[in-house]
Amino acid sequence: MFKIVVLVKQVPDTKNITGDAMKADGTVNRSALPTIFNPEDLNALEEALKIKDEFGAEIIVLTMGPPNASNVLRKSLFRGADDVILLSDIKFSAADTLATSYALSLAIKKIGNFDLIIGGTQAIDGDTAQVGPQTAEKLKINQLTFIDKIVKLTKNEIIVNRTTDFGYETVKAKLPILLTITGEANTPRPYSVKQTLTYKNAISLIEKHDYDDGYLESDNDDKPFIITNWNHEDINADVESCGLSGSPTQVKKIENVVLEAGNYKEIENSEDGLKMLISELMSEHIIG
Amino acid sequence: MKNEVLVYIELQNNKIANVSLELLGKAQDLAEKLSVKCGAIILGEKTDQHHKTIFEYGADVIYSADNLSLKNYTPMPYTKTVCDIIEEYKPEIVLYGATVNGRDLAPRIASKLKTGLTADCTELQIGDYEKKRKGEVKKYENILYQIRPAFGGNIIATIVSPNHRPQMATVRSGVMKINKNSKTKSGKVINIKTDIPQELLLSEIIESIKKEKSVDLNSSSIVIAGGMGLGTKENFKLIHKLAETFGGVVGASRAAVDAGLINSDHQVGQTGTTVQPKLYIAVGISGQIQHIAGMSNSNRIIAINTDKDAPIFKIAHYGIVGDANKVIPKLIEIFQKLKK
Repeated sequence: MFKIVVLVKQVPDTKNITGDAMKADGTVNRSALPTIFNPEDLNALEEALKIKDEFGAEIIVLTMGPPNASNVLRKSLFRGADDVILLSDIKFSAADTLATSYALSLAIKKIGNFDLIIGGTQAIDGDTAQVGPQTAEKLKINQLTFIDKIVKLTKNEIIVNRTTDFGYETVKAKLPILLTITGEANTPRPYSVKQTLTYKNAISLIEKHDYDDGYLESDNDDKPFIITNWNHEDINADVESCGLSGSPTQVKKIENVVLEAGNYKEIENSEDGLKMLISELMSEHIIG
Repeated sequence: MKNEVLVYIELQNNKIANVSLELLGKAQDLAEKLSVKCGAIILGEKTDQHHKTIFEYGADVIYSADNLSLKNYTPMPYTKTVCDIIEEYKPEIVLYGATVNGRDLAPRIASKLKTGLTADCTELQIGDYEKKRKGEVKKYENILYQIRPAFGGNIIATIVSPNHRPQMATVRSGVMKINKNSKTKSGKVINIKTDIPQELLLSEIIESIKKEKSVDLNSSSIVIAGGMGLGTKENFKLIHKLAETFGGVVGASRAAVDAGLINSDHQVGQTGTTVQPKLYIAVGISGQIQHIAGMSNSNRIIAINTDKDAPIFKIAHYGIVGDANKVIPKLIEIFQKLKK
């Protein structure tokens, strides 16, 4: 039986940016963007569930985010997570990767006694791939990143294939360890019907204002599963190391890129227009 | 020794990674602006065989850690060794290639040293920074501007780490230009004594497999790239056909890769490969910043898109507003006729 902590993140769906996504001043209008379960974090959860299927495991899914990040935790429960924790506090907001890893590592220490920490390689809103290694360092444990396949797992040891710049390598390492999983590793499973029925009313108390309080107190069978919420005091975090004040990196400037029109020429989409273009490229020996 | 600009030199199969040499070029520029020396950190076994090359590409000083335990990259011993060097010699800036292992190592170092790190920068500059806080203005001179597309490539952000040292960034391969010295340079080598405790030797590489990428995007002077506008794998075949006709290689936007139209070896952009071919044809690619960052330096850019307002037309030299399914077969037909 393994104890696995899975790290997940709710991210804006940066691939489906609409016209409203950018404000006039060039900053991002986050509220206009739909949010999704970070894709590679679903792959991470799937690896944990595969381990649970094969060897037995207790899976605890941890996320840091605003109250509505409970969404990704509910989706984790629907897929088979045993417990979920929402790390949410205004003090955590505007954290860069370092401040994020600080809070996550304290929460993981509080969970304690883990064999594996598993996360996606990177999140699509920042693409940094930094939080995994930074968290491992804070926990003073080893890491294996960019994993395409878990080849073998025993109580004390793991063998994985990880992507390299020229192919892949097979690496053996001891537990406990932090793993980051790529999108190539697996296809995440759909929701389990049983889990979905069990957890359909799962709710975090900090998002409860969206609901009727009476509903929480009701005695019927639909009594909701309460999602654990930890704030900075719950994990004994030093406020100065959290959120914006704990972030070494600062955004100096954000620009909506103004693309410069250079020597632009529109080619008429006709036989003649295309012929002229091809002739020019040929006469300049660019093609042909 | 005054606060140098250092480059972490990555070895791949005992050869210096190209991105490390490119970064030496950039580090020289930054060091010159700061009036400090440009240095390199190299870890491995028999590292002295690489010193000559590192000097040729611009380092004034090399911190060289030669140890059997460092023969292959594993995160724990490498983190300890690089952190020991940084703590002792206190560089102002440290740059890493955004390779798989560079992205494994750099964040661990940043975490241990509690300093900032910006991933996948597309430009690095030195400049001043003013920070207003509680009515006071604090001025910082000569700090590192770490510039990168962010938020899925929809914006460009300039990131700074004014209060923490070293300032650290990773950069993808192909982004910076190599600057090899015409006359062979030499410099100072500082041999780093390393003591790797047994308890850090936690990973063992069983085997390393070289896999040919399905494409080398820098192998041709012509890149034909397809995007989501093509819609289906079937339509994407047109891109292959045009590449074959013109003697080019096939590129793709991230959206096309994510949608499964083609594998990620073909991805051009900030998180893919950076290319500078003589001819770049972007088909059905809208032109997100993250894509443009990887191809805007191409000599000649032709964009084909049904949407006349697509941003790609802003950086293209030639634009064809139309349906690729009709335009591409026509281009092929005309080319073959003219070639005869």
